[in-house]
Amino acid sequence: MSTATEVPEVHTTREEVEKLAHPKRPARQRVGVVLSYVGMAAIVVYCIIPFYWMVVSSLRLPTEGRSTEFIPSPASLENFQAVFAAQNNFGRSLINSLIVAGTTTILTLLFGIVGAYALARLRFRGKGLVLWLIMACSMFPLVVLLPPLLKMFSSTEPFTWFPYWINTYQSVIIPGLSFGLPLAVWNLTAFFKQLPVELEQAAMVDGCTPGVAFRKVILPLAAPGVFTTAIIVFIGAWNEFLLALTFLQEPSRQTATVAISKFTGTTGFDTPYGTIMAAGVVVTVPLLLAVLVFQRRIVAGLTAGGVK
Amino acid sequence: MATATAGPRSVPATDGDGHKHKKNALSDGQGRLAWILLAPTLIVIAVVAGIPVIMSIRESFFQTNTGVDPNTGLIAGGETFVGLQNFTNIFTSQDLVLGNFGSMNRFWNAFLNTTFLTIVCVILETILGVAMALIMAKAFRGRGLVRAGILVPWAIPTIVSALMWKLIFDSSGVANRILGREILWLADTGASFWAIVIADTWKTAAFIGLLTLAGLQTIPAEVYEAAKVDGATTWQQFVRITLPMVKPTLVVAVLFRTLDTLRMFDLPYGMVGAGKYRVETLSIFAYQEATQSRYGPAAAYAIILFLYVLLVAFLFVRILGADVIGDSGMPKKKKKKKGEDGGPAQPVAALEQIGGAH
Repeated sequence: MSTATEVPEVHTTREEVEKLAHPKRPARQRVGVVLSYVGMAAIVVYCIIPFYWMVVSSLRLPTEGRSTEFIPSPASLENFQAVFAAQNNFGRSLINSLIVAGTTTILTLLFGIVGAYALARLRFRGKGLVLWLIMACSMFPLVVLLPPLLKMFSSTEPFTWFPYWINTYQSVIIPGLSFGLPLAVWNLTAFFKQLPVELEQAAMVDGCTPGVAFRKVILPLAAPGVFTTAIIVFIGAWNEFLLALTFLQEPSRQTATVAISKFTGTTGFDTPYGTIMAAGVVVTVPLLLAVLVFQRRIVAGLTAGGVK
Repeated sequence: MATATAGPRSVPATDGDGHKHKKNALSDGQGRLAWILLAPTLIVIAVVAGIPVIMSIRESFFQTNTGVDPNTGLIAGGETFVGLQNFTNIFTSQDLVLGNFGSMNRFWNAFLNTTFLTIVCVILETILGVAMALIMAKAFRGRGLVRAGILVPWAIPTIVSALMWKLIFDSSGVANRILGREILWLADTGASFWAIVIADTWKTAAFIGLLTLAGLQTIPAEVYEAAKVDGATTWQQFVRITLPMVKPTLVVAVLFRTLDTLRMFDLPYGMVGAGKYRVETLSIFAYQEATQSRYGPAAAYAIILFLYVLLVAFLFVRILGADVIGDSGMPKKKKKKKGEDGGPAQPVAALEQIGGAH
């Protein structure tokens, strides 16, 4: 920042420079600024309040699950202990979620990176068709997969040859690719396109094969994009519910989302809201931290290309 | 166009002169390489989506041999080809349920629920989202904070947010306390429908806002300045400049939200429960049929939902000109297949899984 004050022969004082840098806004515009801050505060409150309610409810005494006090009194962490009580299998379900979401993400990236590179860089007949195919794949309702897959994985009638896959991780991971992969290909293609093609050309002039140019030049540069895609796919897979609900019926194999939906209290029929909310907080907070740390990247990933 | 593959096997195209298409020497004639690289993706898609969809279509023409009484639970073994019966049952079935739209058979009840939920939710989300984007676009500072806040609803798993809203809408919950009423939000009443609408709008409106904001930021300030010089009012600026220029982004965002809401599952399932006819969507209905081993009808309903989604997507592309693939409408883009510019430029697709897999 070289301000004019460092150049004495120009007769502009520091104050004048400041003034010029921040021209007075007319009153109407200033009202607008204030209003925009009010509006922004409203947006944040709107987004945060329900989540705040979840956190507050998780911090009450387990017996006060339905309390409507805005601040828990007395505050208690008992709900969080209850979440990890043996009957809930919640610790196990977190591990299951990690396995399922992690594997889905890795597989998706492995397939997606090469495919996206081809779509972003190479010219070939039928590209439009491939794009529509991938697009369509991300559009169709997951529930279409359920009837045949349920039949297949439980090896009923025509599929008696098929291994019994209910309560296995692959029963969720493999169908899960159908929404993770289009997402990854789409995102990564946009990222690869942003990298100038001259980089590879330069590498190839220097004697790289296209494959080496891709590995040594493009992939390291696309690392942020790959990383963002990984986060987005991971969150999607972590939040997946329908497949896991259908195929993972045994408590020891359930993912966290399913486990939460099946929480029952020790006290019988009353819904243990405190425990459920605590579990919700446990499942959500790691995602929120990731999202807050990488928010800029994630927003870029979600909107990239769409408007560029 | 499509001259790309004409020059076969000149892999690291070393020439550069005399080419009638673009100067991208790197990618000339690499059709085969492209297909090799795309093969894993395409095979996976075929295996995890293509084949099951075809199997589902086949399934919809069959019925499991359990007789007409689904409660026996005894699998007589095998299945019978029933032709279009699973589909025609939609019109003839006397399985009447009482939903928001009076007494009608369960499929149409679910169909209408799905349709109206989608229409109401998407309209509300779009209005709110655009309003949010306009506010954020005005902001000078604190945009990062707002963006972080907006991502909160997005990051919460849908089922968790469903349970969260379930607590909020509990009959003795905080929503009733604030309203000072005793509304039975979750007891499969008319209010249940609106509880779902509120929860879904909360989860995704901000996200439409985020995408719209990205669109807004591409509008050059000069356009507004010119309009101001010409004496345009704020409203005129919004209608004549902002909306048309943000339309490509917005239409795609709305399209994906629409498709996502059409297959809503998690939210009604978690908040109100399965088999609650006021909020039963087609996804929930099909899921319930499938888990009760009525694979044929389940597949038929799922296929109808699929066709419905395709129809809506088609209408969006045709009528509103949704630029899904990202090959037109972008001023700098040429015809897709001509240059390397052509590929997908719209990971707004992200929105649809990300906005919340219902």
